[in-house]
Amino acid sequence: MNFLENPSFSYIMLCAFRMKMRGNKFKGETVVIMEMIATLMVFPFLAALLIACAKPGKLRDGLIFCSSIVIVATVLLLCINVLQGGKTQSYLMETQMLDRIFLIAELGLMGLVFYYGIRYKRYYILLLSAAGTLPVVWMEFAGRGAQGGDHIVVDYLTLIMCLVVGVVGSLICVYAIGYIKDYHKHHTEYKDRSSFFLSMLFVFMGAMFGLIFSSNLTWIYFFWEVTTFCSFLLIGYTQTEEAINNSFRALWMNLLGGLGFACAILYSSMALHIANLQDLVAAAANNKAVIIPVTLLAFAAMTKSAQMPFSRWLLGAMVAPTPTSALLHSATMVKAGVYLLIRLSPALYGNLAGVMVTSIGGFTFFAASLLAISQSDGKKVLAYSTISNLGLIAACAGVGLHQAVWAAILLLVFHAVSKSLLFVSVGAVENITGSRNIEDMHGLIVRLPKLAFVMIVGICGMFLAPFGMLISKWAALKAFVDSKSVWLVLFLIFGSASTLFYWGKWLGKLVAVIHRSAQLKDTVRKSEKGSIYTLTFLVIALCISFPVFSNIFVEPFLSQTFHDTIGAIISSSDLNVMLLMLCMIVILPVTVRLLTFGKANKRVISYMAGVNEGDDRTFVDSFGHEKSMYLANWYMDDYFGEKKLLKPSLVLASAIMTILMIIVIGGAI
Amino acid sequence: MNISKSPWLLHYDGSSCNGCDIEVLACTTPVYDVERFGVINTGNPKHADIFLITGGINSQNREVVKQLYSQMPDPKVVVAVGICACDGGIFKDCYNILGGVDKVIPVDIYVPGCAAKPESIIDGVVKAVGLLDKKRAEMKANASVSHKED
Amino acid sequence: MMFLKIALYLILAPLIGGLLSGIDRKISARFQGRQGPPLLQPFYDLFKLFEKQALVVNGVQDFFVGGYFVFILFTGCLFFVGGDLLLVCFALTLAEVFLMMAACSANSPYSAMGSQRELLQMMAYEPMLLLTAIGFYIATGSFMVDDIAKSSVSPIAYLPGMFFGFLYILTIKFRKSPFDISTSHHAHQEMVKGITTELSGNILALVELAVWYEDVLLLGIVGLFIVNMQWWSFLIAAVVCLFAYILETFVDNLFPRVKWNSMLKSTWLVTLIAGGVNLLILTLVH
Repeated sequence: MNFLENPSFSYIMLCAFRMKMRGNKFKGETVVIMEMIATLMVFPFLAALLIACAKPGKLRDGLIFCSSIVIVATVLLLCINVLQGGKTQSYLMETQMLDRIFLIAELGLMGLVFYYGIRYKRYYILLLSAAGTLPVVWMEFAGRGAQGGDHIVVDYLTLIMCLVVGVVGSLICVYAIGYIKDYHKHHTEYKDRSSFFLSMLFVFMGAMFGLIFSSNLTWIYFFWEVTTFCSFLLIGYTQTEEAINNSFRALWMNLLGGLGFACAILYSSMALHIANLQDLVAAAANNKAVIIPVTLLAFAAMTKSAQMPFSRWLLGAMVAPTPTSALLHSATMVKAGVYLLIRLSPALYGNLAGVMVTSIGGFTFFAASLLAISQSDGKKVLAYSTISNLGLIAACAGVGLHQAVWAAILLLVFHAVSKSLLFVSVGAVENITGSRNIEDMHGLIVRLPKLAFVMIVGICGMFLAPFGMLISKWAALKAFVDSKSVWLVLFLIFGSASTLFYWGKWLGKLVAVIHRSAQLKDTVRKSEKGSIYTLTFLVIALCISFPVFSNIFVEPFLSQTFHDTIGAIISSSDLNVMLLMLCMIVILPVTVRLLTFGKANKRVISYMAGVNEGDDRTFVDSFGHEKSMYLANWYMDDYFGEKKLLKPSLVLASAIMTILMIIVIGGAI
Repeated sequence: MNISKSPWLLHYDGSSCNGCDIEVLACTTPVYDVERFGVINTGNPKHADIFLITGGINSQNREVVKQLYSQMPDPKVVVAVGICACDGGIFKDCYNILGGVDKVIPVDIYVPGCAAKPESIIDGVVKAVGLLDKKRAEMKANASVSHKED
Repeated sequence: MMFLKIALYLILAPLIGGLLSGIDRKISARFQGRQGPPLLQPFYDLFKLFEKQALVVNGVQDFFVGGYFVFILFTGCLFFVGGDLLLVCFALTLAEVFLMMAACSANSPYSAMGSQRELLQMMAYEPMLLLTAIGFYIATGSFMVDDIAKSSVSPIAYLPGMFFGFLYILTIKFRKSPFDISTSHHAHQEMVKGITTELSGNILALVELAVWYEDVLLLGIVGLFIVNMQWWSFLIAAVVCLFAYILETFVDNLFPRVKWNSMLKSTWLVTLIAGGVNLLILTLVH
């Protein structure tokens, strides 16, 4: 019932696009691209509508599967087409009618938020929503908004984001087909609203596509609010009290960010007469006042990316079924925030707004990785790791230098792939063993070898050389050193060390080999398997091919943005060394055979001071009784626990943010 | 290279009165310094070559001694230190004492005494070291024989 | 030339590492008023271990230890052929993670405890290790060991704080008391042998050998602080390395083992103060 406006909205939009294109005399190729963009922006909404109406069953599954394929295919086609064209393209200069439609949709969205706010008696939500939406709508209707500028821009960053959202997002949707069935099998206490759930995933994707293609600030703002609202609905899916509380937390924090966004629009439109994101960034060099909307936008981006004072909503999002978390963490939502920061990065170079972003980002990276140490819930560790990595991306974007932004983009891509892989595998394990606690994953390599292997690939992808994330961390480190930001360097090295600790102990749990434990029945469904293995393949493929990826997508974008070209950020000799390392890992089994000289090793039981009962699981205690052994990881709650660290970090981060925002905005005015 | 140049030992106290244990530890002190011969007290059966036991075997530690012995890699030598470890000593007739170490695992060297003197313990260890080389040679011969049979 | 360097490292490093270990044991014995083992005792130990049967508790242990061994050697080669210092740090981490996994896979109380402590040690020293690499970069303008070794002034002139910090974490890396908490060279420890408890025979021998390779690599980094384009600086560097090693032996004998929290706190504090302040000044000056 929440989609009342969707059909009409999508339909009108599609018509409008077509009318526009007929009206303007575009070249054939451009029309193709425009068609594809329109498809990506509209099709997910249509698919969502169909899925919402469909009954659970084969038809619905097929529908989701086909829609995902359509989306991936369109994204790939779009990439090929745009790459052939080879330059930034922008569309839709005059769009009064479409603008109106967006405004009406925005009011509708506000209405929905009002409905939920009143239904659950959270009246502050109404205030936040109205304060953000109404002034913007008023401005546009009163004709006081700035006009002109492109509404849709396609450049290389758009393509990168498209690939992330389209490919990773679709894989998660496919995964969700199987997952949600098992989820409701295990959780009979929740009402089965799986069609709603699945359709929301597609709405989310559609909104993300809208967000990354749009260039007009009001349009971005609309899609921005749609993702906020979608995440609210998805987090509250189970409708338990905890879920509702957490979903409202996510809502108010993101609406607050949205408020910042709205202020940015108002200021840039009415005071600076700029309606377009690209123009805003370009104007930053000449106009000192631009820093005000830039700071406000950065603020909005940081709420969305769950940076430190606003990190709690992302942790709360863990109550939702796993595909939600996977989608929120890897391909969408939080990535929208850092995407915006990357877009803003040239305007953040060397000013206080940049200092705000880098200090909050760097601090978040460090603090969240410390907090992750004390967590044993797999999804919570993943959540803290997401927050921490997004902090790093934000910090890179805030530095605003060519190689820092290179690192930021690669971090974004690697993180999306590895993190979604980890989420889907944790979800699969949870559906089989009934627990997502890392302690319960002890010996997973014996019980569920395939999933454990996949998880190991994912974890290695997050922190170990020669895998993905480490390469970008490396580049980030170099960039921080080159930009002489001592604090960032310190945050990064201490944060990396803590990262090492919490991933390392998780790895250790997985590889523990327990005697006489049988393999569990692998009940992972086909759709889930397909998605998991594809993601595993992507993680490995990206490790090998990232230089190519960088050459095709990242470097062209950066040289466009920063008007310069720099040498290879990771030198080719280093790349060769890393390839060598990868090969060595692959041939390791053979090497080990050679190293142990083919000697037959003898199996014995493990050492327990001579009182091992013979099964490596129990020992004889001092009364002569059998006692079972339990090996736990270290969590060091007294040092890194949420009780100890969370509050001080939040207070500190809020202080940094408030003070710097006041200084920046006050200074500019 | 002789493996006897690096004998690492595991010291286990069966049901000793601690007299012999103190003498064993005395061997590592500056006066006797068994590390001269490369002897290290590892405390871990998986690293040890020589199993040094003091005190007799009782029903509680029988399984422990067996298990520790089974966790030592070949070649390995067992040294029973003190008269209790050799045959039960003055506790021989106690209700809970089964006897010397050789009741549960094969003993190679017996070092008598109550308590055994450090000199004789060192002597026992040196004898054990000689045996290690012999056992290693046997192991190799057996391995090549079984290899030929294959 | 590159292959010659690799060959030299692969052949000489275990000889130097074993010899240093022998010196260490001799000095420690003299500290305690003992005669101590022969100088070549570490080699005897190693050969013995290779001669012994290998006991394992599962089928993956030797795989992980093999990974540890191979990547330690790889890291060492990378350093001595003049590769990227940051990559050296990362490869070293990879190797250590392999060792940690070997201990975890055993599913045994002592080695599991050892592995957690090992991870904690890594967490403690990693910042200083990275900071050292960064320090070299700022002081000489390059991450490549080759270029750093050709600088006109010895890097220690710019990096005294980093040098101190690096010596501090060297105690952890050499597994010397007070920071030998995950496994120790000393006979008795509260956790038997910690991380190596479940390794034996030739598998343990691989670990011992890898440790020698690693020791030489770490001393190489110590030497890197000293060397410059003059040939005689290499001689001084060798002497400094020897002194650094003996200093660690002294520390080993003088301080009792501490708990993990004191280790983590003190190491991070030293990193922050010695390393961080050095970095700050360096950034301001350069």
